[in-house]
Amino acid sequence: MSDRFVYVTYIRTTPAALWSALTEPEFTRRYWFGFTLDSDWETGSAWTMRFADGRLNTAGEVLESDPPRRLVLSWRKECDDALLAEGTARATFEIEPVHESTRLTVTHEIDRDDSRLIRSVAGGWPMILASLKSMLETGEPLADPRTHVQTLEPACGG
Amino acid sequence: MGMDAVFRALADPVRRQLLDRLHARNGQTLSDLCEGHDMTRQAVTKHLAVLAEANLVVTQWHGREKRHFLNPVPIHEIAERWIGKFERTRLDALADLKRKLEGNTP
Repeated sequence: MSDRFVYVTYIRTTPAALWSALTEPEFTRRYWFGFTLDSDWETGSAWTMRFADGRLNTAGEVLESDPPRRLVLSWRKECDDALLAEGTARATFEIEPVHESTRLTVTHEIDRDDSRLIRSVAGGWPMILASLKSMLETGEPLADPRTHVQTLEPACGG
Repeated sequence: MGMDAVFRALADPVRRQLLDRLHARNGQTLSDLCEGHDMTRQAVTKHLAVLAEANLVVTQWHGREKRHFLNPVPIHEIAERWIGKFERTRLDALADLKRKLEGNTP
């Protein structure tokens, strides 16, 4: 009994640069359309995702950290009671060099069927990943945060 | 891998149907995806390989089961190339309107 999605993107960059983009708050703010991810990213540490105004959106623990190859996070949606009640999800980031580029695999899963949380994050990830790719390859993330944030966070009201 | 592979993969109705089936239920095995098709397993395997080559389908092993997942990221990257930053809201509104008028649930 589980629900998950798996997304893959190929980015013309190095595993080290991709790891930095996933873990440095200043980087994340740019391609996450204003959200900031922060932690020391050591196994066992806490991590947070905050709205631009500082309110907590998502929190969890760093379950595995092997820079620049693998990062596993527990994922609790703190901004929405119904999603929080579904329990803790898990996000896994796998980074592999492939020829001249780097393959990023994002797996998001929860131990229950037909999860609203998984549906909610599944809609947002393709935009985040396209924006991340654009930032690493061209220096610019994708624009139009307002529309994106509404699509990303329908349950939390932005 | 690039945009050409994505367009080639999407040009075939059987492959689009396989993507529809994964969209309806993600994480299916080859046997699941063969159900209700007149095609041989080999034919379905070949179509899945073209979809995987275009990065539209990603596989993961769960024990001894190979499961297939829809990966919409390349389609999103193509859309981003031609959709301007201020057009998205209007396009979403038009898509909503079309769905309502045609009687499909969004």
